[in-house]
Amino acid sequence: MSHHTDDTPRLGGGLWRGLRARFYGNNFLVLITVILFVAIYLAGVIIYRNKNFGSLNSFFDMLNSNPGLIVIAAGMTMVLVSGGIDISVGAQVAMYCMMFAFFMENKGVNAYVMIVVVLVTGLVFGLVQGVLVAYFRIQPFIVTLAGMFFARGMTAVISPQTIDITNKQFMNLALFKIKFPFGGYTNAGGVYQTPFIYLSVVLALVGLVAVYVIMTWTAFGRSVYAVGGSEQSALLMGLNPKSVKLRVYVFNGLLTAYGGFLFCLFSTGGAVEKAQGFEMQAIASSVIGGALLTGGVGNVLGSFVGVLVQTTIVKFINFNGTLANGWSSIVLAAIMSFFIILQSVFTRLRARRE
Amino acid sequence: MAEPLIRMRGITKHFPGVHALDNVDFTLAAGEVHALMGENGAGKSTLVKVLTGAEAFESGEVYLGQSPTPIVNRSPQEAQSRGISTVYQEVNLCPNLSVAENLFAGRQPRRAGFVNWGEMNRRARAITESIGLDVDVQRPLGGYSIAMQQMIAIGRAIDISARVLILDEPTSSLNEQEVAKLFALVRSLRDRGLGIIFITHFLEQVYEVCDTITVLRNGRLVGQYAIATMPRKDLVAAMLGRAFDDLAAVQRRSEEAIDQASQPVIAAAGLGFRHGLSPFDLEIRAGEVVGLAGLLGSGRTEIARAVYGADDPELGTLAVKGHKIGHSPLDSMRAGMAFCPESRKDEGCVQDLSVRENIVLAEQSKRGTFHLIPRAEQEKIARAYVDLLQIKTANLETPIKQLSGGNQQKVILARWLATNPDFLILDEPTRGIDVGTKTEIQKLCVQLAEDGMAVLFISSEIDEMLRTCNRLGIMRDLKKVGELVGDEMSSAAIMSMIAGDEAGEHRSSESAPTAKESDV
Repeated sequence: MSHHTDDTPRLGGGLWRGLRARFYGNNFLVLITVILFVAIYLAGVIIYRNKNFGSLNSFFDMLNSNPGLIVIAAGMTMVLVSGGIDISVGAQVAMYCMMFAFFMENKGVNAYVMIVVVLVTGLVFGLVQGVLVAYFRIQPFIVTLAGMFFARGMTAVISPQTIDITNKQFMNLALFKIKFPFGGYTNAGGVYQTPFIYLSVVLALVGLVAVYVIMTWTAFGRSVYAVGGSEQSALLMGLNPKSVKLRVYVFNGLLTAYGGFLFCLFSTGGAVEKAQGFEMQAIASSVIGGALLTGGVGNVLGSFVGVLVQTTIVKFINFNGTLANGWSSIVLAAIMSFFIILQSVFTRLRARRE
Repeated sequence: MAEPLIRMRGITKHFPGVHALDNVDFTLAAGEVHALMGENGAGKSTLVKVLTGAEAFESGEVYLGQSPTPIVNRSPQEAQSRGISTVYQEVNLCPNLSVAENLFAGRQPRRAGFVNWGEMNRRARAITESIGLDVDVQRPLGGYSIAMQQMIAIGRAIDISARVLILDEPTSSLNEQEVAKLFALVRSLRDRGLGIIFITHFLEQVYEVCDTITVLRNGRLVGQYAIATMPRKDLVAAMLGRAFDDLAAVQRRSEEAIDQASQPVIAAAGLGFRHGLSPFDLEIRAGEVVGLAGLLGSGRTEIARAVYGADDPELGTLAVKGHKIGHSPLDSMRAGMAFCPESRKDEGCVQDLSVRENIVLAEQSKRGTFHLIPRAEQEKIARAYVDLLQIKTANLETPIKQLSGGNQQKVILARWLATNPDFLILDEPTRGIDVGTKTEIQKLCVQLAEDGMAVLFISSEIDEMLRTCNRLGIMRDLKKVGELVGDEMSSAAIMSMIAGDEAGEHRSSESAPTAKESDV
């Protein structure tokens, strides 16, 4: 057995060790995502320098239009790390939006009461899916596919018509802005544009950080990684994989309801067709952020960068102005392919090193 | 004798139709490495599972230490809480987590309810240093070798206050240096007073690291021996015993009946791997039944897989009727080979397909996907073999999973006979099937050879091989150590060769004129 001899140089001691540990393994993929995002963003700043791409306003726009996705991508990352998947989140978001719109507008229910009702609905939704996945051992894809059909159907049952939200309490929350005293610009009409974020963005970032803290610093979070890495091993190490999985889906149900609320603050209305493909955007964000669909690997903060990467692409297409919207999907496809190939190469390299 | 850590008395357990454990006693003392030996189905893993709570038992008692009150472990967790930990062959840790996290999964040090990473890493470093491992505890476990992972698993087990450590086949995928490291650790734990149960198929390793041996056979205790009082040859004899079967006589083919001048149907020269199976030579002529004898894990199946191309050998060449061929199952099939694998359930039967579909499977794949065998021909082939082998099935369309083990085995045999092979490999074709079918398969094997086929026959039962084979290759520790031909074959000679180097006892048999060394 070899030991460190005293004259072995130890580079930088603890700090270096910590840094190296952080960029081992798949955190490396997160690092690449961050670099990719910075590169794309800087490219936009340079190419569209006459159109204020680089202004704080423009950056905040990206956040302001995606509070729901930020939270739901974080939850999706947790589900993927556990080795599962949840494709019902888009339909759930539509259902929660419709619940807000219908009960507040047509039944006059108080907005704050509705927030609680929606969160509880999310918990129950997650509980049912979690029991089916964990205790009935049904494929998560199938369970949440059923969940998707159910939620989309329920949205139409609540109201087949589109309903716009006008509820005063709700709109106050939706339009509450936090203004920044710097970083703005003066537009062509000579009006100064103050950069701001909506309250919903603050709520989304709180949710994101909460998920990150839970996944990184709690026994539950670490168990999710263990179960996703090897369920059999987790069992033999004395963890309870069934209970861990159940809690993952319950927690994700709650996060989806929370994300649905934030989505609704942005879109302020209910419609059957709302949030179509939202679950796929969430999965794409997680994957770009370094999560593996095989489980055990993923970074909650990475999924946030994944959201930013996706949004930047859309912004690029919009700023160009002449390209059809379809191009953003195609660029996204290219970026995702790039990431998946990168992950596969990376995993293979590591397997060879073993 | 040192103080006992575990006493198991009169342990009995049935599986449907089998006496898995029959009134077995087992005692583990503190500060000893105790080998648990026996062939497949002897009951060693069942005994360990009873001890660790993974399986329930029907009668008997388990005592901890000197305590007069029996204990019952209902789960591995409960056993662990009593200080009994197991490290398995496949490391049961999470490769995606860091070394430290694996050491502390489920019991992380906390501060205000949150995982205290600094403390966890510090304590992990203390554990790994205490057992002499040089690892960076913050790195993912998956980046380390299997040997290192196993030692980390041991580190976890002893940190959860293990007094009894069960090592289940820990060395099967390790190389020599890694085994040496592992053994150094095992010895140091023994010196600290742990009791270690060591399960392995490698005789050498038993003699290298163990103090005591308990031998089981067919669910019964054969005996417990101090290592010094148990020569290898006696150990092998204790493990294999003599199978009691007065089966109808199967007459093996005599050497004279085989044309020794003919070109071998298969000729392997130096075939093998850099790690694992040592390179070996093997020639089989038309009309010959050649057996491979050795303990479980000695390399019998590995030879079969290497010859058939199921594993791709790194070294050596293989010629079929004088022509070198590639190493893939399809190449082998097209060259006229057939391979009935050891595990009927996992590698043989396609459970949900019918008897007919299972029978034509190999022939179909030999012809290729686009040359579908017409239904009528499929039925003709299946009908012919069902009659020939007297397969008991309701009809040709019965799913194979509804057949008995013996009949399933015959279906698999039919599958390969349908490809009209020149060379047939049978890996444990009679395991777990009734005595009548056993005899039929042995007879068929000799009959096929008489009709000009070359057969490689692998079995754990020496008597069975003596009846069917006219030549035997002897395997020990992943190496073909010699051959015995014709009258040279006797259970005594086979057992002493399997037992290997000890006090020169077996030299006499190896230097016998007809036994040729094929060591590379």
